[in-house]
Amino acid sequence: MDQYQELVNFAAELRKSIITMNCYAGSGHPGGSLSCVEIVSYLFAKEMSFSPTNMDDPCRDRFILSKGHSCLTLYAALAEKGFFSQEEFKKLRHADGMLQGHPDRVKTPGVEFNSGSLGQGFSFALGCALGAKRAGRDNRTYVLLGDGELNEGQIWEGCMFGAHHKLDNIVALVDYNKFQSDDLNENITALEPLSDKFKAFGWQVIEIDGHDFREIENALQRARTTAGKPTMIIAHTVKGKGISYMENVPKWHGSLCPTGEERECALRECGCGGLE
Amino acid sequence: MQNMRDEFGKALVELAAIRDDFVVLDADVAGGTGTYHFREACPDRFIQCGIAEQNMFSMAAGLAESGVIPIVTCYAVFASMRALEQARNSIAYPDFNVKIAASHLGLDVGPDGATHQALEDIAIYRAIPNMTVVSPADPLEMRAMLPHLLDSHGPLYLRTGRSPLPDVFDASTRFEPGKAQVLAEGEDCTIMAVGVMVHRAVQAAEKLKEAGIFCRVLNMSWLKPMDEEAVIKAAKETGAVVTCEDHNKYGGLGGAVMEIVCENHPVPVQRVAVDDVFGSSGEPEDLAREYGLMPDDIAAAVRKVLKRK
Repeated sequence: MDQYQELVNFAAELRKSIITMNCYAGSGHPGGSLSCVEIVSYLFAKEMSFSPTNMDDPCRDRFILSKGHSCLTLYAALAEKGFFSQEEFKKLRHADGMLQGHPDRVKTPGVEFNSGSLGQGFSFALGCALGAKRAGRDNRTYVLLGDGELNEGQIWEGCMFGAHHKLDNIVALVDYNKFQSDDLNENITALEPLSDKFKAFGWQVIEIDGHDFREIENALQRARTTAGKPTMIIAHTVKGKGISYMENVPKWHGSLCPTGEERECALRECGCGGLE
Repeated sequence: MQNMRDEFGKALVELAAIRDDFVVLDADVAGGTGTYHFREACPDRFIQCGIAEQNMFSMAAGLAESGVIPIVTCYAVFASMRALEQARNSIAYPDFNVKIAASHLGLDVGPDGATHQALEDIAIYRAIPNMTVVSPADPLEMRAMLPHLLDSHGPLYLRTGRSPLPDVFDASTRFEPGKAQVLAEGEDCTIMAVGVMVHRAVQAAEKLKEAGIFCRVLNMSWLKPMDEEAVIKAAKETGAVVTCEDHNKYGGLGGAVMEIVCENHPVPVQRVAVDDVFGSSGEPEDLAREYGLMPDDIAAAVRKVLKRK
């Protein structure tokens, strides 16, 4: 059996849950949720010490979804890890549900931060990392950024802070799917040369294929063994990854859900029998 | 006369000697906020964040998550506006135990002028759920408040002021957290004041007494939650209220008091506040005169409200 088969299966489950939730809610952000599935799968299934049984342990690893609009992926992973039942998916974005339109640590078990106001999750993660260092804990903080999110000035404030304070216990990952809400990044506020920018700010930068588990694994291992500077993993991804008609199609960024044939097709492509 | 910001920095140093549960964050204004005392005495507990208030506020929430109490310090205009959304979404909504200590309030900032004068911060912070808002009247009260504020869980906005202030209180003063403090008794009207306006309110009441007008004076340092009981009692017992603040007349102490009075026991209320304009550069006392925040202005407001009684 392929050493990554378990992760492939985990990722397939996440995709199925993402589409299922998206259909139940009638809205959400499927494109950017699907592009980060392999990253989130690896972190939750392999990398992090983080489960419903250690949520009160200050030494647990932290995962902060700074690109909060992709919360479908986070909810799918949390359900997979047993933080709550998949029954909750039916009430996503509903007044009587615990799953909010953006991550909410007050209402949802396993969510570390109220993110979605872009840039803030990154700074919060830096605070978690600094706090862990000050307390002498060796847990690690993982924060997932959107590429559009890099437009925010707060991100670059945080980059300066993280490098200056030598936070080598934080790993930031950019879900670099090249699209943001309205258009391609390059048509909004071009990000390139992105790697050089982070390097100039004092971060170790690793570029990977964000859908390749081997590359994700290697990058996280390198981050773990790097002392004195924080790590930024630029993960090249495909927006809408895994659903043929969503891949690289801007309209699937947000507020849409597949209907009719689209829905059947999406669930088939995730290897799922269909909605209950 | 004591300098509020120096006293703030020194108070933090004294507290650090007896408790290890807080750290102080600064955005390159330690000289202005008085936290340079702390930086020198406790370098290990001082976190320099640079001129990057937005990162500092959200980062502070992450620090709080690790169990320490971050005291975030910067000028009030930046705490209440530049990093406001971070205060709301990163700190207040998730209810993190972060204390925001803002200096440089209102016209009291003085020569730095309008860009540095926070005349809106009470209105802004009062509108955020989970947020406590306090503004002590002198260094003694600020020192008395600090341990209580650190012991109480939750987000807080503490306004500490800038310029040297005359002492309102002495060592024998007892402070009760959350309560409006009676500084003078009288039956004709109640003057409610906050921060730098408290000593001016006391002076106004003394002048009015000479003219046969007797005012109750309340120090309203607890802006949110406000001591509603004291406000309603004042409305009932004195029948007229004057509010005094170094803040825009909209949404501050005056607005908050009017909400309580109107809902519970309507009586005439007159505001002494900045009349919805941006300030200019000048010495604090000159500006207070220019914009109508002096004891004589308070006395005039009392005479005015009494005619509406």
